[in-house]
Amino acid sequence: MSGRPEHQAPPEIFYGEDEARKYSRNTRMMEIQLTMSERAVELLCLPENQPCHLIDLGCGSGLSGETLTEQGHVWTGVDISSAMLGVAKEREVEGDLLLGDLGQGLPFRAGAFDGAISISALQWLCNADQRSHNPAKRLYIFFSSLYSCLSRGSRAIFQFYPENSSQVELITSQAMKAGFTGGLVVDYPNSTKAKKFFLCLMTGGQQPLPAALGVDSREDAPNHVAFSQKRDRVKQLRSGKAPKKSRDWILEKKERRRRQGKETRDDSKFTGRKRPSHVW
Amino acid sequence: MKLLTHNILTSKCLKGVTVGYPLGIVAKEVKVNEVDFNPEFISRMIQKVDWPALCKAAENLGHTDELPSTVVDDYENNEEFLKKAHHFLMEIEVMNGDLICPETGRKFPVTDGIPNMLANEDEV
Repeated sequence: MSGRPEHQAPPEIFYGEDEARKYSRNTRMMEIQLTMSERAVELLCLPENQPCHLIDLGCGSGLSGETLTEQGHVWTGVDISSAMLGVAKEREVEGDLLLGDLGQGLPFRAGAFDGAISISALQWLCNADQRSHNPAKRLYIFFSSLYSCLSRGSRAIFQFYPENSSQVELITSQAMKAGFTGGLVVDYPNSTKAKKFFLCLMTGGQQPLPAALGVDSREDAPNHVAFSQKRDRVKQLRSGKAPKKSRDWILEKKERRRRQGKETRDDSKFTGRKRPSHVW
Repeated sequence: MKLLTHNILTSKCLKGVTVGYPLGIVAKEVKVNEVDFNPEFISRMIQKVDWPALCKAAENLGHTDELPSTVVDDYENNEEFLKKAHHFLMEIEVMNGDLICPETGRKFPVTDGIPNMLANEDEV
């Protein structure tokens, strides 16, 4: 594990031709992106059955944009990696694409969009990729230009991977400074795998935050837990042997040793008995 | 880049630019696509669209199909008008060319349908 991608290189270099291709072919990645995009659109709380004009911030290869198209919306995507946008073009996404740096501000007219989503992109803005970069200033320029190009009453939903709480603090303070209200919604807060952060920003004045998923402990985190259980079951069947250290395994091992002609204690009712745990 | 997108694009992120709208278009390649017509969406977009800028853009592209020079009254129910608006906003795509800032003359190249809005460090 090489650590967080944004510590390795600026996004336009990290997402070069090879990585862009890999990213868009990994089915597990695509599934996760799809789920997060659908959740982001849900959090947008758009009027029902109305096609809207949306912007996808850090649209990459268009995975999230496709969800927008599927739900009947017209969207424009902005990304800093031309390789990723190239993949989006190949996949023939419906949205118009722009090559741009979010930290330089969004070059749109006031009130142009009915809403904004951003999937797995915001954390990239928190790093200074060039000596002249000041992350706080870039975040402010980004949020204030976003605030102006959103129509009044609309929202911006950011799914992102915060590195630590001071990063969350930096982001939210610049967003508030730019005029947004809102806050952080954390889905499945008790699951390391399923936990997802959604920054929900609103332009229409203070409103209640939408409810997070999986906060009621009875509700299982989807996908991830089930997936790892399935994997273990399959492993067991395939090898045909008993799981390690169980009584059956011990008896099999002793049989193996006898076949090899090694000196082995006779089996008894005590073989593989559960020993009392150490009490010192 | 569709004309709907061009209609909302500005160069105001550049230093020294006050309005930066509308951007001029010098197109080397234009494509016409077929896009599903959604009257409800077009109706709502007409409220946001800067109509004179749309006409100017159509003119720059040399598209002589008649685009009415003003928005008609009661456009929501005028299907013919909505269809024309749809054609210009959603079906005409600039594939290659340049977008030009009206205040500084700075060019933003459009390649393969994607405008490059990246500014240099000294321009922001």
